[in-house]
Amino acid sequence: MCGIVGLYLKNRSLESQIGSLFSPMLEAMTGRGPDSAGFAVYGDQVPDGSTKLTLRHHDLAYDWDALAHRAQTQLAVPVEFVRNHHAAVFKIAADAQTSSAYFSTHAPEVVLLSAGQSIEILKAVGLPAEISSDFNLTSMKGSHIIGHTRMATESAVTLEGSHPFSTGQDLCLVHNGSFSNHNRLRTELAYHGYHMKTENDTEVAAGYLTWRMDQGDTLDESLQHALKDLDGFYTLAIGTHDGFAVIRDPIACKPAVLAETDDYVAMASEYQALTSLPNIDQARIWEPEPATIYSWQRDSH
Amino acid sequence: MQSINLAEHTVRELNQLLHDQSKDLVEDQWEVSETSGQHNIACGLNQKLNVGIKGHVGYFCAGMNQHAHVTVHGNAGQGVAENMMSGTVHIKGDASSAAGATSHGGLLVVDGNTGARCGISMKGSEIVVKGNVGHMSCFMAQAGTLVVCGDAGEALGDSLYETVIFVKGKVQSLGADCVEKPVSGKHLKQLKKLLDRAGAEEDPTHFKRYGSSRQLYNFKVDNAY
Repeated sequence: MCGIVGLYLKNRSLESQIGSLFSPMLEAMTGRGPDSAGFAVYGDQVPDGSTKLTLRHHDLAYDWDALAHRAQTQLAVPVEFVRNHHAAVFKIAADAQTSSAYFSTHAPEVVLLSAGQSIEILKAVGLPAEISSDFNLTSMKGSHIIGHTRMATESAVTLEGSHPFSTGQDLCLVHNGSFSNHNRLRTELAYHGYHMKTENDTEVAAGYLTWRMDQGDTLDESLQHALKDLDGFYTLAIGTHDGFAVIRDPIACKPAVLAETDDYVAMASEYQALTSLPNIDQARIWEPEPATIYSWQRDSH
Repeated sequence: MQSINLAEHTVRELNQLLHDQSKDLVEDQWEVSETSGQHNIACGLNQKLNVGIKGHVGYFCAGMNQHAHVTVHGNAGQGVAENMMSGTVHIKGDASSAAGATSHGGLLVVDGNTGARCGISMKGSEIVVKGNVGHMSCFMAQAGTLVVCGDAGEALGDSLYETVIFVKGKVQSLGADCVEKPVSGKHLKQLKKLLDRAGAEEDPTHFKRYGSSRQLYNFKVDNAY
């Protein structure tokens, strides 16, 4: 069992409050997932040609300053960073491939959690309330955010096994359920050149969507393919640079509730997680149909 | 009338207060507010109580109900009225999957739609859904009646035993061993009575009847490996 939650703002004036709107949603799902939690927030976009990376080091005293300085010197481009608990969000005036490659080669001690122009992924092992407080979730700003509270079934309780998973730029995925064909898919993705970092089944699903979108699929098209190729039980919430999607497997064993008002679209495993949202009493509330893609796309920024 | 606000009391406290009435009935009119989608509200009741719930409820609301009349003025999560024995459960909004699962008796009325597996393994209850039901509804259902005033999803009545299903709208597909059967005057009378009890203003002649073809009842040696 796990809990998943997502909040996608239609009213841009709420963007400065996304963290405070979302934090109670994440914490409400503690009962479904008390062992790890995480979230991916989209906002504070860097310009084309620049990249934002979320990096993590287990040591709170890690010298991010020195790493940023080294990166700036060796890449010969401006590098800025903001530290956030165990993580640091780096903004680098270089493309994603160059930026990611730099850190994996020159700073193998740090873990790359996300890469893109607007995504930041923050996650850890522990109770959702602690993780929300450690990363100061309530102060976050952004256009959309998805989160996960984990009760591990398919792989160990580790940072590596916690959600959200990101395998492509600005793409991330949270999952409630289990995939039964993830080992075969992992092999197939490796054949196409996509190498997963963990043993976790959800990472394979994220890798699958990345592969499909690299093949030219839109978000919806990649999910159409996923319905055919992913086997197992799942409710997924997916975030992209400017989109948000929810999908359930054809059997629909794993729960999901959607709520929509003029201001936002919210998704949660259980209605309990939506009760703190403004005007939820007036929201259109429904259970997403099995094997049906629900997606929202923003106009380009 | 006793009012319980679930922002001030736990569900456990509420349920204990309701259970206490089964020994000594002091108050039979109850109102529950500020439900916030919590699970297990008004479960295991065993007394002729009227419980009005203002707001959406989570999983297993009114589960194992006996004698009580529970009304939810909102939506219900999974397994509403699961294993109900008697009484009435009325959901004014929508219900999620497995509504009325394994219910033995009583009447479940859903004014809106239900998710998948409505009436799964039902054993004698009556369920009236004024909207649509999701896939695999009445899966392995053994006795009782399901009435759907809207449409039914895929594999309706899969591996059905003796539950009778009436559907007014479209059936996306029938499950294994579930077949359409003729509607006689006796069925129309039964259906009319049930629609009236549920407050559904429908013409019984607009419904089709589905039941088991009883081909899966016995082991077929030809299917053995």
